[in-house]
Amino acid sequence: MSTTPADSVSDRSEPAIVVKGLTKIYNGKKVVNEVDMSVPKGAIYGFIGPNGSGKTTTIRMMCALLTPDGGEGHTLGYDIHKDARAIKENVGYMTQKFSLYGDLTIRENLDFMARMYRVKNRKKVVDETLRTLGLEGRGKQLAGTLSGGWKQRLALAACMQHKPALLLLDEPTAGVDPKARRDFWDEIRQLSKQGVTVLVSTHYMDEAVQCDYIAYIAYGKKLIDGPATEIPHQVGLTTWRVSGPDLVQLEEELRADPRVEQVARFGAQLHVSSTDSAGLDAVVAEKSGENDARKWEKKEAELEEVFIYLMATAADNFGVNGGPSA
Amino acid sequence: MSWFSVSRFGAVLYKEFIQMRRDRMTFAMMIGIPILQLVMFGYIINSDPHHLPTLIEMADESPVARAVLSGMETSDYFKFEGIVTSAEEGDQALRDGTANFVVVIPPNFERDIVRGLSPKLLVSADASDPTAVGTAVGALSGIIDTAVKQTFQGPLAPVAGQPPPFSVVVHKQFNPASKTSLNIVPGLIAVILAMTMVLITAIAIVRETERGTMETLIATPVRPLEVMLGKILPYVVIGYIQTVVFLIAGKLLFGVPFLGSGLAFFIGFNLYIVVNLALGFLISTLVRTQMQAMQASFMTILPTILLSGFMFPYAGMPGWAQVIGSAIPATHFLRIVRKVMLKGAHLADITGDLRAIAIIGVVIMLISMLRYRQTLD
Repeated sequence: MSTTPADSVSDRSEPAIVVKGLTKIYNGKKVVNEVDMSVPKGAIYGFIGPNGSGKTTTIRMMCALLTPDGGEGHTLGYDIHKDARAIKENVGYMTQKFSLYGDLTIRENLDFMARMYRVKNRKKVVDETLRTLGLEGRGKQLAGTLSGGWKQRLALAACMQHKPALLLLDEPTAGVDPKARRDFWDEIRQLSKQGVTVLVSTHYMDEAVQCDYIAYIAYGKKLIDGPATEIPHQVGLTTWRVSGPDLVQLEEELRADPRVEQVARFGAQLHVSSTDSAGLDAVVAEKSGENDARKWEKKEAELEEVFIYLMATAADNFGVNGGPSA
Repeated sequence: MSWFSVSRFGAVLYKEFIQMRRDRMTFAMMIGIPILQLVMFGYIINSDPHHLPTLIEMADESPVARAVLSGMETSDYFKFEGIVTSAEEGDQALRDGTANFVVVIPPNFERDIVRGLSPKLLVSADASDPTAVGTAVGALSGIIDTAVKQTFQGPLAPVAGQPPPFSVVVHKQFNPASKTSLNIVPGLIAVILAMTMVLITAIAIVRETERGTMETLIATPVRPLEVMLGKILPYVVIGYIQTVVFLIAGKLLFGVPFLGSGLAFFIGFNLYIVVNLALGFLISTLVRTQMQAMQASFMTILPTILLSGFMFPYAGMPGWAQVIGSAIPATHFLRIVRKVMLKGAHLADITGDLRAIAIIGVVIMLISMLRYRQTLD
């Protein structure tokens, strides 16, 4: 599903966003702790992490809504400390909560946003946006009466009217139903094809796998980043999948084993993972002898297992080192 | 007893108390407002104000004249603050509010008394606030009678009998019929404007923050000044409409005149609106929700009604209350409106009030600027 990131990596052009040591302190707590990131031009860059991990704060600093307490960076080549206005004019930022005006109509909202960015040929642009959204007939409907999915698509369309080269989306699909989420991602891919760089934060794994690049952040620290396909390899996690009878019993036994680092249930399967590949293989050899009815299968770890693993490690090391680095 | 569970009821009760305690603003209001009201109503409301500023025009310095004046002063209703030398000077003092009364002792006062000519002692009162001067005027004849009885002894004793040796003429200026509505209607303009301007501005700004639309707004290249002006101007228009409606309705329904300079009113009015908008803006930087904005605005409106001299005479308030009152913009605008509408004041008569509002406004703006910078991050 993901495009081949290798092409973009070799691309010599300047990244859309590059930050170094980005830090934000609230009440003495580093909510964003020396984050380095580089978002290549034209990529869909997934920004993954649990709630409260500092994703929103990082994005806000990247689009110059917040002043960093430390670190430096450039967004679209503009300094995030000095060129706030230039950044704002060239970036489309969609906030987490629906934040257009519920008591204005769809058209009025689009028109207002177009005026904020001083879009030329406003009437035509707004008409065009309504048409692309498929909302031509509903321009006079109040935005507040739209469903959650439509609100998000409207918000996305509203911040695309000035044709920004970079789109920052802060959990755009939180609380949106699966169908609307798929539609939303179709649109993101469309925009990406047109050359727009997209930085999107999410905590849905099915969305993470659609990204070309991923950065994982927890407790304000970036734990890992890179092309989506290489992340599991970087972590070096080995995973066995097992299905069959008495999995509850097996799960308990595996958890007790020090050579097993993570046991997670996925539907009718247990995913058993560890960075100690040899140790894990030994455990599997022992256990598979006990019950022939169970099926064991060694597979490369997937993103979801990797993230669960990263999260658990980060929690253990909170305040000390922040877990493994990429 | 399944229809009522004491433990469930207790849980709801407990939860409610916890929430009440966490919402500090509301909690402070619940405790603060009754205390505020108690203090204000208890101490400040005084429909029998004493120590009203009084000027004297003395064309006769005889012992009798002095006796009358000292009788007035010992009554505590009047506080002599100086001498005027002409009728114009006295009128001016009444118009610009430096004095509530001007007492005029006519020439040859004592001589005319001795000759039985019954001279007239003129007391000009600023009746634009009938409550403030009403009781003092009422007490006047009693005060003078007592003073006269003490004075006309010995050789003068015969003239102290009936009829009274001189008459007191009270001249109620600006509002001869002592109509309360003439005082209340102009005052209402000040209070209503404060209520709407402060409340609406505070809420309009907090609403953007509360609904999350402020973030979208800040993310666009829009400049803070563009947002502020754009948000505030519609409410300035509302303030204009309110005032025009008030002036027309006041004229038609209550016969409230507009005697003074339109320009003076216009300048004072605009300055007042700006200060109130700044106050509303300041509140919006201090609170997080619309509910809190409403409560905080209410906190400012209560003193505006009670301490500004709108409802109760400013002169009747204790000194500390007058100090608080003088920090309220409505106190000064109220004076401007009453002076201009009822006393026919011009720009020169209201410069002191304009200056006071401007100072208050500058202070409010300075504080809100400091606050605004902090809330950007």
